[in-house]
Amino acid sequence: MKILVPVKRVLDYNVKARVKADGSGIDLANVKMSMNPFDEIALEEAIRIKEKGNAEEIIAVSIGVQQNQETLRTALAMGADRAILVVATDDVHNDIEPLTVANILASIALKEGPSLILCGKQAIDNDFNATAQMLSAKLKWSQATFASEIDVKEDILRVTREVDGGLQTIDAKMPAVVSVDLRLNEPRYASLPNIMKAKRKPLEEVNPADLGVEITQRLKVIKTKEPDSREAGLILENIDQLVEKIQENVGG
Amino acid sequence: MKILVLAEINNGELAEDQTSKTVSAAATLGKVDVLCASNQCSDASTNIAKMENVENVLVLENELFAQSLAESYSETLIDTLKSYSHVFAPSSSFGKNILPRIGGMLDVMVISDVSKVISEDTFERPVYAGNAIQTVQSIDKLKLISVRTSNYSAVPSTGSANIKKIDCKGNNSLTTFVENKMQTSDRPELTSAKVVVSGGRGVGSKENFEIIEGLADKLGAAVGASRAAVDSGFAPNDWQVGQTGKVVAPDLYVAVGISGAIQHLAGMKDSKVIVAINKDEEAPIFQVADFGLVDDLFKAVPEIEKKI
Repeated sequence: MKILVPVKRVLDYNVKARVKADGSGIDLANVKMSMNPFDEIALEEAIRIKEKGNAEEIIAVSIGVQQNQETLRTALAMGADRAILVVATDDVHNDIEPLTVANILASIALKEGPSLILCGKQAIDNDFNATAQMLSAKLKWSQATFASEIDVKEDILRVTREVDGGLQTIDAKMPAVVSVDLRLNEPRYASLPNIMKAKRKPLEEVNPADLGVEITQRLKVIKTKEPDSREAGLILENIDQLVEKIQENVGG
Repeated sequence: MKILVLAEINNGELAEDQTSKTVSAAATLGKVDVLCASNQCSDASTNIAKMENVENVLVLENELFAQSLAESYSETLIDTLKSYSHVFAPSSSFGKNILPRIGGMLDVMVISDVSKVISEDTFERPVYAGNAIQTVQSIDKLKLISVRTSNYSAVPSTGSANIKKIDCKGNNSLTTFVENKMQTSDRPELTSAKVVVSGGRGVGSKENFEIIEGLADKLGAAVGASRAAVDSGFAPNDWQVGQTGKVVAPDLYVAVGISGAIQHLAGMKDSKVIVAINKDEEAPIFQVADFGLVDDLFKAVPEIEKKI
């Protein structure tokens, strides 16, 4: 089977987001960008499924600006077989909404015919947590979100999901869309030889129009502001003072 | 404007706090109807009917909804949704699983994790792990909203809504439920507890986490954990507080051996009072804590427990 893995290029996990002075968004000029950490986990899982002999091909897809090809090269270096870059905007500040992303991915999925699409559960920039569910609905495929364990059993996936009260296990018929959670695996680092090899792997570039998808924006961002900040408080000298503070604030 | 709230019900048991706070957020726009879909609805619907600002409780009782699987739930809802302009659900694993699927089916964008309802089409929501707050305006006819319930208070139980049975069609040939492994505990629920005691990587092991649990029990608190502690296997996943875990805003949050990564702060910085215990005086947690103690947690926590 084929596995499709969408990977988003986002502000690096370790970089603090700064709100632009004019309140129009987060400043993404000249900052380190990386693959969304949840998408790395999804890609790692796809590679493991392939290594176990349960998949033949992994296709990585990224949607955004031209520079997203760097993210795709990273995906190829980790172990994806080929990549598709959808150039949807020329401004990195223009975030493509999950609904449009789902439309683009659905169009690619119909063309490529994967049995499984593995997505990160959320992008750490817009924090929507929506693409996998929307994509699954558009394709009318089965849906398994927040996966912490995936077992491939012929045409069924047994997925353990991290839910609020603990863990839930479901069987999902393939084709399926699965969104992955943090504890599914620990992604590998690409080795230098694999980084070199990745340069020769195929990377196809397409436009949303080629896929019959229009870029729309249903949520207009009116303003972006800093959250209310908390002041650092008092450093206490001893445990007795701390006990007093805890007692003042319990049931208060 | 016609507003529907999706009640979170797990196998017949109403998640009362989450549902009530979602009603509270939705009610800023007007009276609401609440959908009560589960395998057993009598207790849940009676409780929902008492929630202030609820006009009608729509009861959909069917075995199909016992586990709220996304496919069965959204398929069935599509018809019911047609007469509504707004659909609210808690931003829990239940709401996050279902609302975007409905959005995909109807070609409507979902507005996730809303921290403030400003008007019928304008909402505030945190992005970048809460490092920024965005105000967004939706142009969709139907608004699908998941609510960050820690930003709202539960509604009073002084209402008396009508309870109406509705018909259900729909099925689920795509996914089947296998089993649940839920944590059972006598402690208060993490997202609604008045006091939360959380442990981080500094706690060091699963056994040592008993120190955290001991203090929590003394305070009648819920137990939380940082991602580092959960990833290391010290604590179960449903204890995780942070950007990708649960968001809490208790009266008192006690952070023990937690350095305070931005992803953790995203889940607890709206707490009324934050107390931090960490042996590293440079730990970022002290930047948000109201009261800090620089000390070894293995010495300090048992002593605190004894003195309270």
